[in-house]
Amino acid sequence: MSTLVDYDDAVARYDTVIGIEVHVELGTKTKMFDGAPAGFGEEPNTSVTPVSLGLPGSLPVVNGVAVEYAIRIGLALNCSIAETCRFARKNYFYPDVPKNFQTSQYDEPIAYEGWVDVELDDGSIFRVEIERAHMEEDAGKNTHIGGSDGRIHGAEYSLVDYNRAGIPLVEIVTKPITGAGARAPEVARAYVQTLRDLFRALEVSEARMERGNVRADVNVSIRPTPESPLGTRTETKNVNSFRSVERAVRYEVSRQAGVLDDGIAIIQETRHWHEDTGTTASGRVKSDAEDYRYFPEPDLVPIAPDRAWVEEIRASLPELPAARRRRLQGEWQYADAEMRDVVNAGAVELIETTIAAGASPAAARKWWMGELARTAKQQEVELAELPVTPTQIGQLQKLVDDGRINDKLARQVLEGVLAGEGDPETVLVARGLEVVSDDGPLLEAIDAALAAQPDIAEKIRSGNLGPVGAIIGAVMKATRGQADAGRVRELLLERIQG
Amino acid sequence: MSTLSRDEVARVAGLARIDLTPAELDRLAGELDVIVESVARVSEIATPDVPATSHPLPLTNVFRPDVPVEPVDRALVLASAPEHIDGKFAVPQILGEDA
Repeated sequence: MSTLVDYDDAVARYDTVIGIEVHVELGTKTKMFDGAPAGFGEEPNTSVTPVSLGLPGSLPVVNGVAVEYAIRIGLALNCSIAETCRFARKNYFYPDVPKNFQTSQYDEPIAYEGWVDVELDDGSIFRVEIERAHMEEDAGKNTHIGGSDGRIHGAEYSLVDYNRAGIPLVEIVTKPITGAGARAPEVARAYVQTLRDLFRALEVSEARMERGNVRADVNVSIRPTPESPLGTRTETKNVNSFRSVERAVRYEVSRQAGVLDDGIAIIQETRHWHEDTGTTASGRVKSDAEDYRYFPEPDLVPIAPDRAWVEEIRASLPELPAARRRRLQGEWQYADAEMRDVVNAGAVELIETTIAAGASPAAARKWWMGELARTAKQQEVELAELPVTPTQIGQLQKLVDDGRINDKLARQVLEGVLAGEGDPETVLVARGLEVVSDDGPLLEAIDAALAAQPDIAEKIRSGNLGPVGAIIGAVMKATRGQADAGRVRELLLERIQG
Repeated sequence: MSTLSRDEVARVAGLARIDLTPAELDRLAGELDVIVESVARVSEIATPDVPATSHPLPLTNVFRPDVPVEPVDRALVLASAPEHIDGKFAVPQILGEDA
């Protein structure tokens, strides 16, 4: 087996070409071809009908909303929408496909020839050309049970749940992506991320990667120079996180460079991504078994989207993520780098809601990108998963703006909110954290501090203001940090001079 | 002249998981060849301006509203399964896949 070539070395000697297929599960209420509920997390085999199970005599009928969603996606990707298109049968035998074919689209996709602009980490824009977007159905879910714990005579077997079988999918296929060079892994990741954001903005899918709502197949090939003919590609299937998409491309470039360096030809094959090791492994070699014998689906009539309907959908498209980010950045007055950090941290919506709850853009960013980002990192969760809402952060900032707490107390209040003690106001009252703004208790504390440190008191009285910090510190400590240090200083000086 | 070879019939049968005996292969290669030739004759008659027809019905856009129906009761769903475990269909091991 060939050794891996260091990535930088590989990209110095080879040009990378990638192609990405993204499958998105549409967020319709029912499946693509029947009325079975399209839910997530139900008990196995409880969201099935005769159509989902491929029972003889059952007939499919197209979900009109799924077609509308597919058109929305096509339009958002600047595709042409077919005047007419049809479904096709993709024939193969696999237990998760109960009909022994997947209903898909083959030679007539609903959307074709588009593009999408992808923003890279440094803010530059890379345009990805889209070949097609077509409709199809998801397969059921297999669970493999090993021989040792198997209950069927100790044999190895698989368990199949058909709840997912028939969930509407749209598959988006890029043209070969050239010109990315060493940045191909980053382009791949940013592209999938861009699509995910787009699906959410279009409200066609929850697009949750961790639930497998969005899945990517990553094709990679390398060639000596950008002028050389395309190299043989491999397809790494089911790469299901942004980070993995980037890593999978990187790994394949290093691996293929090693193979070619040894004078061996790349085999066109399907490979599997192994998250734990960050490597790909050979799956099945493309061969005779991959002959899907596509033919037009006779049980479904063609789809010919009315032009007026297409234009109606186009007119109803929401503001798309890239335009929205530009608008918000202008409104919030964030620098480019600040906005990029906010986007990369997945904090755009959080900050937007925090601002809507009354915080200034600067304050909202300070909380989410500072204290909360640190907490999320410590707990290894996403910002949005922290047990605090943007509205609560807005309320917290209002307490600061109203002078009821200072920044230090605000952090303690936040701690309480994160610990599930309630809204900021509740935590503030329960923990007794309000700033002491009444001069009476402050003067008492000042007098006590002066009495406790007579030598320092004497120095200050004789005009040496050097050690006032010691007295202020003692007062802050006595009031458990709830005093306004500036006010303490004012009162202290008045006390001494008066 | 034969347009469909015995090997091709064997290959397609394999893809379709149809187990054919050598005698059946011989017979079907001949019979299917007649069908293929007949279709080829139709192609000769059809001029290029006649589009291929995949759907004879003059219908398009038959859609269903996105309204859930009652799913089939699971006991009934699993009743047709040769084996089932924990509410799932138990099937022979799927080779070479970790899906």
